[in-house]
Amino acid sequence: MKANCWTGRNSVEVQDVPDPSILNSRDAIVKITSTAICGSDLHLVDGYVPTMEKGDILGHEFMGEVVEVGSGISDGKVRVGDRVVVPFPIACGACASCRAELYSCCENSNPNAGISEKMFGHPTCGIYGYSHLTGGFAGGQAEYARVVLADTNALKIESDLSDEQVLFLSDILPTGFMGADMCDIEEGDVVAVWGAGPVGQFAMDSARVLGAEKVIAIDKETYRLDMAAAQGYTTINFEDTDVRSALLELTGGRGPDKCIDAVGMEATHGASHIHLYDRAKQAVRSETDRPHALRQAIMSCRSGGVVSVIGVYGGMIDKFPAGAWMNRSLTLRTGQCHVQRYMQPLLAMIEQGKIDPTRIITHRLPLTEAPTGYDLFKNKKDNCEKVVLKP
Amino acid sequence: MTTDTRSTSSLRHDPLVRGLGWASAALGVPQVVAPAGFARALGVGDAPRHRTATTAVGVRELAAAAGLLGRPHPVWLWGRVGGDLMDLTMLGRALKNHDGRGLGRTVAATAAVTAITATDVYAAVTRTRRSSPMELTAATTVTRSPDEVYTLWKDLERLPEFMVHLDEVRVTGPRTSHWRAGAPFGRTVEWDAEITQDVPGQLIAWRSVDGADIDNSGEVRFVPAPGGRGTEIHVSLRYDLPGGPLGQAAARYFGEEPHQQLDDDLRRFKQIAEIGEVVRSEGAPGGKRARGEFPQHPARPLTEDELKEALS
Repeated sequence: MKANCWTGRNSVEVQDVPDPSILNSRDAIVKITSTAICGSDLHLVDGYVPTMEKGDILGHEFMGEVVEVGSGISDGKVRVGDRVVVPFPIACGACASCRAELYSCCENSNPNAGISEKMFGHPTCGIYGYSHLTGGFAGGQAEYARVVLADTNALKIESDLSDEQVLFLSDILPTGFMGADMCDIEEGDVVAVWGAGPVGQFAMDSARVLGAEKVIAIDKETYRLDMAAAQGYTTINFEDTDVRSALLELTGGRGPDKCIDAVGMEATHGASHIHLYDRAKQAVRSETDRPHALRQAIMSCRSGGVVSVIGVYGGMIDKFPAGAWMNRSLTLRTGQCHVQRYMQPLLAMIEQGKIDPTRIITHRLPLTEAPTGYDLFKNKKDNCEKVVLKP
Repeated sequence: MTTDTRSTSSLRHDPLVRGLGWASAALGVPQVVAPAGFARALGVGDAPRHRTATTAVGVRELAAAAGLLGRPHPVWLWGRVGGDLMDLTMLGRALKNHDGRGLGRTVAATAAVTAITATDVYAAVTRTRRSSPMELTAATTVTRSPDEVYTLWKDLERLPEFMVHLDEVRVTGPRTSHWRAGAPFGRTVEWDAEITQDVPGQLIAWRSVDGADIDNSGEVRFVPAPGGRGTEIHVSLRYDLPGGPLGQAAARYFGEEPHQQLDDDLRRFKQIAEIGEVVRSEGAPGGKRARGEFPQHPARPLTEDELKEALS
């Protein structure tokens, strides 16, 4: 089959690879009908996530049709012919974390738990196509994929919704939603979202669905800000505006009640000297992530507010504003999305027309043009917001 | 997750060790107090660099004396061997560049240091323990009742499913079993074990019987976790690892670190207890195994041959 593989820093290639096979009894094999390129794939391609091996198949947002199931799948759970969306975190459903609906902290699904335990203190779940730190599972930017523990890790789509309407249930829609959910939004809340990429856009939509009075988008790409403005959100371009002053202005001096960091480790900063400082430390590996957005969110948030982090961080950061966090009673909440927790309710919202996930798709390409898709998305060419690949 | 304690040697009353300690002191004192005289006595002259070198050697001798007499440990003996080799190197250079005055004394000193070296090597080799008892503990929690977890563990012939170093466990009697395991450097070790304590739902303890390749014993306790969180599994293992510290270091280098093994075993046991099997990925088709963590198979489907090998 054809698959999009990581072949080195800043290099991906569509290669011929063997077809997937059942490795565990509760596996299913899915013929992929739609898959997408995610912002966090860029962290892999840019070389910021260690433990990649040449030839790894990328991709953790995918859906398709079940063509084979393992002998351990109990009757009726997943059947050949089912149309399914696959959540990116692999969850066992049986460990203490899964029972607490903390699926991305699953204690059993990562065969390389030792590495993730060393980096994070405790192990994290397996993820498709997302380095060997998260298990070394083959990804879904391919014609077929193995779905692990398929009876707990596949959402059946039984209505006639299109692929594009449901594909993002695999990651970015629940991730954005969890960003807003962790904010415990109350009536009258102003929510500021750092990053107007796909996850940021969905965090904004979710904040509005959950009752936010005003939503503010912060980015530097005008096409992304325009996309947010078209939904009625207020925008701040950090290239030409001082973010904190603008936020104070927009909130009568209070600061946003809830702040969402939908950026993560590769943030850029409007002030070049601050960016240069973090960039230099990252280059000599004394800091693994550039936490501009996180710092700004903490400094801007109103006292007693919530800072919700869904941007991906990988290692250690410097100059964390612990004083602001502690002295102003801020709540910091975060996590890789516990996708399985949100899929069903979000599917219902899509069916009811409360959220339209297709609004962010700007590019549709065949799988064989995946390298072009990465180039468009990474370099923000041709106003690229989200690329969907068709095998 | 794991800890260990190693016993330290007791060399305090060993005559050879004490003798070498006092000899170190006897050589070190004059070298530090009167380096110039000492250097002249060796027939190497008292140029400033010779005096400095002599003082340095004296300080080293005094450190060795303090170590051997105060807190004896084989490492001090190996330290002395290292020092001897340095001294021989210096004396060898002195002989090569010698101006002839006092050559006989330098030759005699070289012979004496050679004899001392031989003694130190003998003491270091004979006083280094051939095996070191090691105790490991580890714990994990699984969301099953103590009875279920006990029953799973008590099925000894299934142990190799999660203890991947075990090739086979064969139950030979109501309390006895025969074990075969892979050891570092491709060797195989075997032993017979007997269960010494067996409290259903709570505890299993065992030890190897006489004649084992590696003497070992262990126990696993099953404790209800607070708040209905399942069962805490506490394992403690004790065994004599052959080859002493050197063997341990070599084994570690080849990824056979005992803590890591135990840690991996428990992780796989948890997977079997909670979801019924060991989770495999394309990168790690054999499941969790520290030795195979890097380099891994790329995260892409296996070829037919690779698949057969991984699933065998």
